[in-house]
Amino acid sequence: MNKCTERIFNGLVKENPTFVLMLGMCPTLAVTTSAINGIGMGLSTTAVLIMSNMLISILRKIIPDSVRMPAFIVVVASFVTIVDFLLEGFVPGLYDSLGLYIPLIVVNCIILGRAESYASKNPVLPSVFDGIGMGLGFTVGLTCIGIVRELIGAGQIFGKQVMPDSYEPLTIFILAPGAFFVLACLVALQNKIKHHLAKKGNEAPQAAGCGEGCASCAGRGICGGHLVSDTKKEEEGA
Amino acid sequence: MNENFNVSSSPHIRDRISTGNIMLMVVIALLPATVFGIWNFRHEDAWILVVVTTAAAVLSEYIYEKLMKKPVTVNDLSAVVTGLLLALNLPPTLPWWMGALGAVFAIVVVKQLFGGLGQNFMNPALAARCFLLICFAGRMTYFVYDGVTGPTPLAELKAGQAVNTMDMLVGNIRGTIGETSVIAIMIGAMFLLLMGVIDLKIPGSYIISFVIFITIFGGHGFDTQYITAHLCGGGLMLGAWFMATDYVTSPITGSGKIIYGICMGLLTGLFRLFGGSAEGVSYAIIISNLLVPLIEKATLPRPFGKGGEK
Repeated sequence: MNKCTERIFNGLVKENPTFVLMLGMCPTLAVTTSAINGIGMGLSTTAVLIMSNMLISILRKIIPDSVRMPAFIVVVASFVTIVDFLLEGFVPGLYDSLGLYIPLIVVNCIILGRAESYASKNPVLPSVFDGIGMGLGFTVGLTCIGIVRELIGAGQIFGKQVMPDSYEPLTIFILAPGAFFVLACLVALQNKIKHHLAKKGNEAPQAAGCGEGCASCAGRGICGGHLVSDTKKEEEGA
Repeated sequence: MNENFNVSSSPHIRDRISTGNIMLMVVIALLPATVFGIWNFRHEDAWILVVVTTAAAVLSEYIYEKLMKKPVTVNDLSAVVTGLLLALNLPPTLPWWMGALGAVFAIVVVKQLFGGLGQNFMNPALAARCFLLICFAGRMTYFVYDGVTGPTPLAELKAGQAVNTMDMLVGNIRGTIGETSVIAIMIGAMFLLLMGVIDLKIPGSYIISFVIFITIFGGHGFDTQYITAHLCGGGLMLGAWFMATDYVTSPITGSGKIIYGICMGLLTGLFRLFGGSAEGVSYAIIISNLLVPLIEKATLPRPFGKGGEK
């Protein structure tokens, strides 16, 4: 597998930001009241992520290490502002329903996380594909949660009535608690599938959601940085 | 090994009373309220909802434990108590499948996912009631008595109308299946008190602090009629005697129980007088459930010889 497709696969499946890395939980829980909101949020983030990864990767040798955070933020904020205006101009409906969460993409930890742990250390092309992979992974995650919540909470998918008229929607699923229920169930489901596949393929089950970027990982205290080296050795060995 | 010299770790004092016994006593204590509720709402076929909800609770516990290959604990009757309490907290006109859904939520999400009996952080029956209340707000606040729809006495009280306190005491009023009759609830509560299953600390401090709150902020002063109506209306009695006293979700220290009761009293008063809806017992109890670990931490008795004044 070449580097670019590997990056996309990594973002979509292996290190899916929503279900595996558990990054960007704030928009994940807040805007996924319907599938279309999930897609809108995911694609906006993807656009910002690709552009910011590209620019940060280009500038990685120019940005001094000591001020890299402010520099990244400036880059990200510029792209978020562009996306913000574009959405307001072309899809005002979506813009209204996403509301405050569009400007909040600036502080989305996926974008800063990828800038810090990948784009600032790698060449341009893999960084762009890393952005595409991570962004699509985020979009898929948000859309899945949005579909389940919309289906149970309103009986619709993408605004179309799919449940019979006699169905009484469980309103709680489009309110805040529903986001937690659905996210937890989907994460449990994908962990189950992952363990099942790992058992089948006789691979050692990968320690939950850890690949690289240990320095910026919130769970470093738990794993103690062991797993990265271990997985890397395994990969090199294979 | 000789039985006389059995070496074991603590506890060394054992009792014949088991979880199953206690739960059985709670079920017996709930019977007067259940029977009265089923009779009271016979035109609405309340018995179907009670039976379905209880059965769904027991079944979901059995199926979950079978699926997860855990020891099956249906025999300790805790699922029966949860299902029955949930049913008593539902309006009689609720479709049966909503009751079943609530029971499954109570057992699977609130109880089993947190580790089963003894590990749940809030009362499963009340959590399920609040779940249903948020899901089906219209259905859960639709009250019928004798074929006539209308507000509960508590809502009438909030609107400033006069209510018949005698009816509220006996239970000939609109409300959820088990909450209407104060007399039937008190018969069960007396039984639990006499059997030593519950003590007065939690319900006592709950009711007293609630009365004080209502007296100060109710705008009627110490009006016996008004206070009695507040005490007999809604789920206060059912909540105070049967749900606030749940062993798992109430503090174990003596002073903690009193603080917990006061918390619930104040919250209930706050929700009833200043909140959007007329009733607030279930939210008051589950919010206080969340405070229990903090209360226990603050009231933990100090071991002899540790700390103290120097």
